[in-house]
Amino acid sequence: MAQGVWTIAEQREGEIRKVTYEVISEGRRLADALGQELTVVLLGSNIKEKAAEFGHYGADKVIVADDARLEPYTTDAYVSVISQLAKADQPAVILLGASVQGKDLAARLSASLDVAMAQDCTAFSVENGNLVAIRPIYAGKAYAKVTYENSFPQIATARPNVMTMNAPDTSKTAQVIDASFSLDDSQIKTRVVEVIKDETGKVDLTEADKIVAGGRGVKNAEGFKVLEDLADAIGASVGASRSAVDEGWRGHADQVGQTGKVVSPNLYIACGISGAIQHMAGMSTSKVVVAINKDPDAAIFQKSDYGVVGDLFELVPALTEEAKKFA
Amino acid sequence: MNIIVCLKQVPDTEAQIKIASDGKSIMAGDIKWIMNPYDEYGVEEALRLKEKFGGEVTVVGLGPKRVTDSIRTALAMGADKGILIVDDAAEGSDSNAVAKALAAAIKGIPYDIIFAGQRGVDEDLGVVGSSVAELLGIPSICLVEKLEAAADGKSVKANRLVEGQTLVIEAALPVLITTQKGLNEPRYASLPGIMKAKKKPLEEKNLSALGLNPAEFGAGARKLKVVELKSPPERAAGKIIDGDSPQAKAAELARLLHDEAKAI
Ligand SMILES: Cc1cc2nc3c(=O)[nH]c(=O)nc-3n(C[C@H](O)[C@H](O)[C@H](O)COP(=O)(O)OP(=O)(O)OC[C@H]3O[C@@H](n4cnc5c(N)ncnc54)[C@H](O)[C@@H]3O)c2cc1C
Ligand SMILES: Nc1ncnc2c1ncn2[C@@H]1O[C@H](COP(=O)(O)O)[C@@H](O)[C@H]1O
Repeated sequence: MAQGVWTIAEQREGEIRKVTYEVISEGRRLADALGQELTVVLLGSNIKEKAAEFGHYGADKVIVADDARLEPYTTDAYVSVISQLAKADQPAVILLGASVQGKDLAARLSASLDVAMAQDCTAFSVENGNLVAIRPIYAGKAYAKVTYENSFPQIATARPNVMTMNAPDTSKTAQVIDASFSLDDSQIKTRVVEVIKDETGKVDLTEADKIVAGGRGVKNAEGFKVLEDLADAIGASVGASRSAVDEGWRGHADQVGQTGKVVSPNLYIACGISGAIQHMAGMSTSKVVVAINKDPDAAIFQKSDYGVVGDLFELVPALTEEAKKFA
Repeated sequence: MNIIVCLKQVPDTEAQIKIASDGKSIMAGDIKWIMNPYDEYGVEEALRLKEKFGGEVTVVGLGPKRVTDSIRTALAMGADKGILIVDDAAEGSDSNAVAKALAAAIKGIPYDIIFAGQRGVDEDLGVVGSSVAELLGIPSICLVEKLEAAADGKSVKANRLVEGQTLVIEAALPVLITTQKGLNEPRYASLPGIMKAKKKPLEEKNLSALGLNPAEFGAGARKLKVVELKSPPERAAGKIIDGDSPQAKAAELARLLHDEAKAI
């Protein structure tokens, strides 16, 4: 009988990623609702010292798989190890962060275990002893409530920035267990040959707390300078509509929308963006939406908490100055 | 180099999504169906590889008869043949089942690279590609925005964008790649292409023809059940901020974001 909640930690170069703590916190709530234990699974190289502190966020146990080949994430190595561990321990639930890595891992893990998986969920609950997940579909044009049918472990990924993180309780530490697994080199068929770092130092849009986004109204690549300044003043990342990306003003990693990134910041400031359905789809779960547009009839005003009608080249620099007063 | 492109048909991204009276599905009524935009990148990349290395591009889709149109579009772009897995019993299958059927169909065809979209812009799952790879026992590289095949056609290097960095990943063929925006600019089908596509082979197969048990497919066999669909919470009509000058408006906005929304 499947028992216990697992969350999979995410590390990069030995540093634990924030989404890990969000997922542990949510895992704790689910474990409590099920009356079961919460175990975190941590894969990496020389990573064990990071494990006990997961207890601060509610983990009872941490299973650590330590192997030099697990330091860079590769789909094949991670799936092989986690699926062995899951087959041995038979957890009821496995929760991951819906980061690029988490989504990739969850998808392939679910196939390897031949079980169902709910991707990029925004809420979880327990009904009749089973996991229930809410997932936005059609990039947020509808919300689906999904359940698992005779399929254990129940695997899901949680959208970054959505789950409430527990306040760390440093008096609690988790029991650390060494994983027993085997990993054969022949199983690792992909190799990370290079890592190209993004030099902007900005938080990725999917994880950003604040986003300043620009559209065709920004007029050209240089126009984004005023958005960058505002972003710097308030600690935001910069996003773009597809039009701005298609024009080549921004890289495609910056595109927000149905065929771009789905984002969930606390604050989303849309500048010179008309509010097309495909754009709104990608940012509809933002908490506070601000629209700056010179057309008073722009559709985006219907979907924003605050709207300012006017020229973004006047308004955005003025807002930057005003925002600095609160910094 | 033989290449397979998985092709999913999805509602046009313009489509208003309305929830049907059963509260569990969307109203299919006036939806216009298109090729999943990420699969367009797959078709394009496959064609570019074929132009370089020769070989054949096969498009594989599972779904109702209407999927034929999207497969024909891919053939018109330049793909060589199509396979449509069409079976009433497969209607309403979840991704686990879809992946099984696709893997069964692909097994019978020689392949070096398989393309799938990073996600369908319908249910935004992004599982079928990885699952097909797992079932076929080949590596998968997801969210690829740049692909380079070695001159000997035996391995690939793929750029994969993760949060804040790009990973360059190498794998020997065969491999499954899921596509991300930026990989290429998909071509349009030319008029002669459209004419030629009409004569290209498009084979239909049902589940039993693939050696599969229809009882393991369809809505009844779903492991992930949609029990309810809801419209997203509506954002109440917002406040339009007035002021005599851009400075005055900006000051009022900043004040509201700080005091009321507590967002800055
Ligand atoms: C298959 C498909 C997928 C798509 N996916 C996406 C997606 O993922 N993301 C996405 O964003 N779009 C997507 N789109 C495109 C979408 O339909 C719109 O075309 C796009 O979002 C429009 O971008 P925009 O708002 O920047 O440009 P426009 O619609 O041209 O709007 C520009 C706005 O700027 C305002 N403006 C101009 N000058 C100023 C100024 N000086 N100050 C203030 N305001 C000004 C104008 O009033 C206007 O409202 C997709 C489309 C398709 C068909
Ligand atoms: N029914 C299907 N037929 C063919 N390919 C599919 C099907 N469903 C999913 N795929 C492939 O898997 C990708 C991701 O889809 P999904 O996992 O459903 O989000 C799609 O872009 C297709 O390449």
